[in-house]
Amino acid sequence: MSAVLPALQNLDPELRSGIIECIEHWKDQEGNLIMILHEIQNRHGFVPREASLLLSGETGVPLARIYEVLTFYHYFRLVAQGKHNITVCNGTACYLKGAGRLLAELESRLGIKDNQTTEDRLIHLETVRCVGCCGLSPVVVVDKKTVGKVFPTDMAGIIEGIRNREEKEEDEE
Amino acid sequence: MKSSPYEQALQKLRKGIPDKRTGQWIQVGMDSGGIAAGAERLFRFFQKECERNGRNTPVGRAGSYGYAFIDPLVEVNAGKFPPVLYGMVDQKTAVRILTEHLNEGRLIDDHVVAGRDRGRALNGPVTAILVKDTSCEDGDKTKWFQSSIKDEIGGRDPNNPVQVVRALDMGIYHEGLVVQLLPSRVTYTNVLSRDIARMVKQSILGNEVIDDLLWNQPDKQVRIVLRRCGTIDPESLDDAIAHGAYEATARAITGQSPEDVIETVKASGLRGRGGAGFPTGLKWQLTREPKSDRKFVICNADEGDPGAFMDRSVLEGDPHAVLEGLILAGYAVGASKGYFYIRAEYPLAVKRVEMAIDQARRRGLLGKNILGSGWDFDAAIRLGAGAFVCGEETALIASIEGRRGSPQPRPPYPSVEGLWGKPTCINNVETLAAVPWIVANGGEAYARHGTGQSKGTKVFAVTGKVRNPQLVEVPLGTTVREIVYGICGGVQDDLLIKGVQTGGPSGGIIPEQHLDTPVTYENLVELGSIMGSGGMLVMNENDCMVDVAAFYLKFCVDESCGKCAPCRIGGYQMLQLILKISRGRGSPEDLDQIHRICHAMRTASLCGLGQTAPNPILSSLRFFQDEYVAFIEGGTSYARKRKQALAAGKSLKEAV
Repeated sequence: MSAVLPALQNLDPELRSGIIECIEHWKDQEGNLIMILHEIQNRHGFVPREASLLLSGETGVPLARIYEVLTFYHYFRLVAQGKHNITVCNGTACYLKGAGRLLAELESRLGIKDNQTTEDRLIHLETVRCVGCCGLSPVVVVDKKTVGKVFPTDMAGIIEGIRNREEKEEDEE
Repeated sequence: MKSSPYEQALQKLRKGIPDKRTGQWIQVGMDSGGIAAGAERLFRFFQKECERNGRNTPVGRAGSYGYAFIDPLVEVNAGKFPPVLYGMVDQKTAVRILTEHLNEGRLIDDHVVAGRDRGRALNGPVTAILVKDTSCEDGDKTKWFQSSIKDEIGGRDPNNPVQVVRALDMGIYHEGLVVQLLPSRVTYTNVLSRDIARMVKQSILGNEVIDDLLWNQPDKQVRIVLRRCGTIDPESLDDAIAHGAYEATARAITGQSPEDVIETVKASGLRGRGGAGFPTGLKWQLTREPKSDRKFVICNADEGDPGAFMDRSVLEGDPHAVLEGLILAGYAVGASKGYFYIRAEYPLAVKRVEMAIDQARRRGLLGKNILGSGWDFDAAIRLGAGAFVCGEETALIASIEGRRGSPQPRPPYPSVEGLWGKPTCINNVETLAAVPWIVANGGEAYARHGTGQSKGTKVFAVTGKVRNPQLVEVPLGTTVREIVYGICGGVQDDLLIKGVQTGGPSGGIIPEQHLDTPVTYENLVELGSIMGSGGMLVMNENDCMVDVAAFYLKFCVDESCGKCAPCRIGGYQMLQLILKISRGRGSPEDLDQIHRICHAMRTASLCGLGQTAPNPILSSLRFFQDEYVAFIEGGTSYARKRKQALAAGKSLKEAV
């Protein structure tokens, strides 16, 4: 690992040290690639291209193999998310109880489609297979917090809640 | 007298562990479902309050109680009652639990969940009476009965302190007024107003059971896999050991050969609970046989079926049961390392398994020389990343190796050539959680439950349009109707049931006329479904089967890894046909074409995903072909009306 790729020259040092740390931690274990990618995504919310390049250089795994894995699994994201995330569960229980209507309501209120981010990069909307809270269906997950037994009429409140919190933060700053 | 190696190992294991709790305690159900409903806030509230008031009441956490429909749950042991479970506990109720239950020894109306361990004899004075009218949701007579019973007691013995409490759930449905007497949990059903006088006179004041009112059916549930879920603190190894965890491990590795363990599991008749139902003992034997320098065991916790949460609940509620199962599997097949392959979407389960592994390692239950036996074994976690196909054994192995999860043609089977080319045994969470119980209690004890080729118990997650979505564990051979109506209270809003879907995207729909079929691996296959991992989706009369078929097929199309053509192309083309029909633009020939594609996918696909993807389609065509025909004959106008009705959750007649 000596030839520095152009894309890596201006790499954020924090990002670099974080990735090196992950690699060090998992270095001796077999089949570590997916676990390293999980850690990178946990830290950054997505797997930046630079991270994959660096990872490839450090571990000797071809970039194509890394991208093969990244694009195969739904969990990994290649682009930055919005600051907040709204995830609609589309498991069967939620589907039967109207997850589609929740999604439609969110889409029309936010003006974006599934798997898109609002223009101000504040809210990202996505669907997920099943969060396993089927007893509370239908369920949406707002910033890792699961909200159960929701109706389309609750969606406005959820969006409002995020925007209010955001404004408060700005005021405090 | 010298104690046996087993007793020595057990003694060492239990050293310094306090006995099971006695006295006052509070316990909050903290699984993902409970937390989503606010259990964490409750937990902190109780902790703070109990500290502030100088109360010595310990506040603990528990895993899932199974009653997902009334989360969050709080269990309280105080006063003259057996432990009382409260459901749908909000902030206000939490305050009342402290003031009324803990301080004044009074139960709280509309939140008590009646115990399922119903008694048959009254041994001691009645301390409280739970009442609930279970005949129908509307026209609730609970309050009337509550005051009538109160008046009757007051009239006969004005100083009697016994409290009459409205219960939240009785676990018995459509049986009129149900009454449960605490602490013995003697339960009366179909109590009429004219029975009140004799009930008060004979049972409450006279301590005598009234036989013609007594509910003496045994509870339909048998808890083996869930034996400690909702009882122990899932984050405490001490608590698990105090309730019997690792006894089986001590017994096996101090006194039984791996072959003995395999024989025990074979005798139990345990079959893979992940769906396919391969005999577990045989799988272990096949992995034990080949000679190899290294072998592996894997716990498949990649619960990908949408609408299923059994594995999550077990991992969150009793991670040590699964870990112990993995250790025993490792011992039986001669493995040196075990892996948990868990969905990254289940962060709490990952955290609790991580803790369990850590605690076990520090206690000498993992690592070198386990319990002084000279046997080495370790466990680690690998995270899934949202690929349904990784439930397939060969794809799962590829994923643990850090590659994309593409399945491989079999043979060679993983038991011969698995993880890193070494013999590997893969078992589902529920299978492994049952193993310690089997080793501790013997294979025959387990085989006493169940029927025919399907022995033991199975955990089902009953969800969808059911009144009380929850986790149930029943002996195999229980009928679907018993599960949906007997345990879960029937269909929400008392609508008619259309069918129950089992097996997720690989399964099929059991229509109303077949609900009395006993649930066994064979019976479900005969009906065109599979056991699957245990999701049961209840569908009511307003649900559209064409729509549901499209939902499942879309899932499989999205999840197809793309390696083989029948699955990749067949699934997509079939989805186009079904969507075309659901838009009202289908023709009768399309149905023939769908049948042909289904046949091709079933026979020619590489792995289970493609082979079973046609199941929901074939099953809905078999039992609900009239719905497809209605779309084809009714054309676009019918399709539009159907869509409107579905969006409103109404029947076609009501909506148009």
